[in-house]
Amino acid sequence: MIKAIRVSAAIAVLGAIATAPAALGAPALQVQASDVATSSPFPSTYRPHDDVDTAITNATILTATGVRIDNGTILMAKGRIVAVGKDVMVPSKARVIDGTGKWVTPGIIDSHSHLGVFPAPGVDGHADGNENIDPYTAHVWAEHSVWPQDPVFTKARAGGVTSLLVLPGSANLFGGRGVSLKNVPAVTVQQMKFPGAPYSLKMACGENPKGRYGSRGRAPATRMGNVAGFRRSWIDAAEYARKWDAYDRKRAKGEAAEAPKRDLGMETLAGVLKGEILVQNHCYRADEMALMVDVGHEFGYRTTAFHHAVEAFKIADLLAEQGTCVATWATRWGFKMEAFDAIEENAAILASRGVCVAIHSDEQRLIQRLNVESAVALAAGRRAGIDIPQEEAIKWITINAAKIMGIADQTGSLEPGKMADVVLWSHNPFSVYSVAEKVFIDGALVHDTANPASIYRSDFELGQKVGVE
Amino acid sequence: MMTRHFILAALATSAAMALPGSATAQNFAITNAHILTPGPVGEIENGTILVRDGKIVAAGRSVAVPAGTNTVDAKGQIVTPGLFAVNTALGLVEVNSVDATIDGRTRNSRISAAFDVQYGLNPASVLIPAARLGGVTRAVVMPDYDDGNKEREAPFAGMGAVISLGHESAMLYRPGIGMVLELGEDGAARLGGSRAAQFVQLRQIFASLKVQWLPDNDLGLSEADHNALLPVVTGKMPLVVIVHRAADIRQVLALAKEYPLKLILSGAEEAWQVAPEIAAMKVPVLLNPTSNIPSSFEQIGASLRNATMLKAAGVEIAISGNDAGHRVRDMRYNAGIAVSRGLPMAAAIEAITLAPARIFGLADKVGSIEPGKQADLVIWDGDPLEALTEPVAIYIDGKDQPMQSRGTLLSDRYKNPG
Repeated sequence: MIKAIRVSAAIAVLGAIATAPAALGAPALQVQASDVATSSPFPSTYRPHDDVDTAITNATILTATGVRIDNGTILMAKGRIVAVGKDVMVPSKARVIDGTGKWVTPGIIDSHSHLGVFPAPGVDGHADGNENIDPYTAHVWAEHSVWPQDPVFTKARAGGVTSLLVLPGSANLFGGRGVSLKNVPAVTVQQMKFPGAPYSLKMACGENPKGRYGSRGRAPATRMGNVAGFRRSWIDAAEYARKWDAYDRKRAKGEAAEAPKRDLGMETLAGVLKGEILVQNHCYRADEMALMVDVGHEFGYRTTAFHHAVEAFKIADLLAEQGTCVATWATRWGFKMEAFDAIEENAAILASRGVCVAIHSDEQRLIQRLNVESAVALAAGRRAGIDIPQEEAIKWITINAAKIMGIADQTGSLEPGKMADVVLWSHNPFSVYSVAEKVFIDGALVHDTANPASIYRSDFELGQKVGVE
Repeated sequence: MMTRHFILAALATSAAMALPGSATAQNFAITNAHILTPGPVGEIENGTILVRDGKIVAAGRSVAVPAGTNTVDAKGQIVTPGLFAVNTALGLVEVNSVDATIDGRTRNSRISAAFDVQYGLNPASVLIPAARLGGVTRAVVMPDYDDGNKEREAPFAGMGAVISLGHESAMLYRPGIGMVLELGEDGAARLGGSRAAQFVQLRQIFASLKVQWLPDNDLGLSEADHNALLPVVTGKMPLVVIVHRAADIRQVLALAKEYPLKLILSGAEEAWQVAPEIAAMKVPVLLNPTSNIPSSFEQIGASLRNATMLKAAGVEIAISGNDAGHRVRDMRYNAGIAVSRGLPMAAAIEAITLAPARIFGLADKVGSIEPGKQADLVIWDGDPLEALTEPVAIYIDGKDQPMQSRGTLLSDRYKNPG
């Protein structure tokens, strides 16, 4: 049997609810690459592509640790970053790329994507991102819908995207599990799965679930119906967790015990209660996010990030205090009522108040230009009197996204020992004129504008008159 | 705490509204301006623009400013013409998911070509100040299709208009600027599901316009639609064709050889594949250069270099934003992104100012900084195509515009810890 998620931590947290609710803070905050991922029945078979040790010299480097290095060098060897700085010894055998006049950043990370699950072309036969026939689908996994031949993976790579979190859609209260991918050409999704990355649970507040199901004469039909649906499910998950915990304890004592029947959806929710699975909650309005923070307190889980979160600027201090991140846009607004108060200044206001904020795409075109989207947010902040330095803003599309995905110990910043996920830009990355000239994933050159023939075309594009980038 | 924010926001509002000159100063000069405009004035690093009665009367290096004229010191910052947006629904939509706020389409099966956006415009829309803060001063407003009525076989979406985005000034600038027709997958779906049927039907409709309208005509064409199409088929009103596939573009070009159509292509993701043919017929193209997703089988060839390749082939292009309403302001970034893929800078600026004005027959009024034109001007704190840049002052018909939108008011209310 596949090892069921262990639930003792969930029990401990739930036990605490009964005795000392006031003391209930956030459970285990930083989820490390957990054994949930390694015990997955669909394990990662990702292997870094072959490449040579490489140094980029004389470049302006934004490390995403809050530092800008002028005339700097970054050295990558065996898939890892070896050194970053002004005085880096470059081994004679290393390939040297002159970065004069160019910029280097960590690989761009999109913390909210539907590539592969809503691929191009967007025909019915490809629409695999929303299991929208039931509001409770914690049992589905996005990785079972990812089509690695989605031609947009290549376009995202051309925009510098090296890792992405692919989530199920937002039609359901519980949309299912999301999966973190390395943005490499592949035939199977397992070949793209980020090694050791924790799973994410996608949840959705607001108009989408209540609109989808209310219009079909079933719950939830209102926002209060949404919250009731979440709470009932967490009660069920706690019960499920208790049963498995009792079984595990009996087994540990050597007593005879019959394993409860596995429930795929409950396994995922119990994994959240244990702190092994991250919570990615699609939620637009400030009032709803504040309610969802309390739902988390009631049941002992912490929301890793609110996504879209266009009104997060109204509750910046609450989010900072909770340690909950925000993944949002700058330019999208007004497409529905809950997006009517979306402002370009959202990210800058949040950053100025200590909230971990990421700029995400949720979209096929925007994922190619998360750098420009961040520039819009920067300019809006400046207009509002909030001047965020570029060496800080680069975190919005690198290390902060990695934090949301639970992979910040592996990638997202240019620090020795981390994965060599690196982009060489033609100009300042916040410029509309900037092009990601070279993109490295684990030190392998996976996109190179100097060698157009090497740029990967998906199987779907072969034999078709496709556009050039 | 919130009360204090309310008061501050209210003060900020009244201060902005009471700016001296917001309604009066249509006579002024902008000095020390880095003028960047298509047309004969071109780029001048230290220029002066003289405005009288809302119009530009002089622009250049050595412009005499009459004594007593109010002057605005641009401090060497770039001044461009106001941006001219295409393919918008400004004034016709407030919230996309709220049907009642949308007036750009109809389910009425008797009104297709006769549909006229000028009667649905809402000057109070909060989208107008948002677009204006992106430097947009004029916009083409286009109708769309409503596919809610499945019985409705509507070949045409109707007629568009050009609007002014000026605060508290007349919104409708020029009605009847083009007839919108969608071809390709979506167009064909409304007419039985085949392109082959759609082109037959179009030819039938055009042929029927040569004779008197008959109440029992077998095309189901209403009298209003018949009359609305007369200026189109004679080339007096442009026909704006939304089309994507290269083969469909060729079919449209062939139709334009049979009738004296004044054709404008819109969308046109695969236009680069037929660029010389489009250029030869002098057909302009409205496009979004970032539309590079093969999102359907008619856009397999979508390319980030479409704008660049069309321009290089001699096609006139105008660049749009990322949607028809809320993201119209993105148009200048899209122009910049086209530059990153090889479009010359001057062509990119022209594609968001003078080119759309020319395509819609308004190049004698707006689109460039040139004596005789309306004083639609934007002063920028940097390169106008950069997302890092913001306008610092905006003038429409010489009127100083409020630098405020519902978004900036929300920001002002919440940006400080409270």
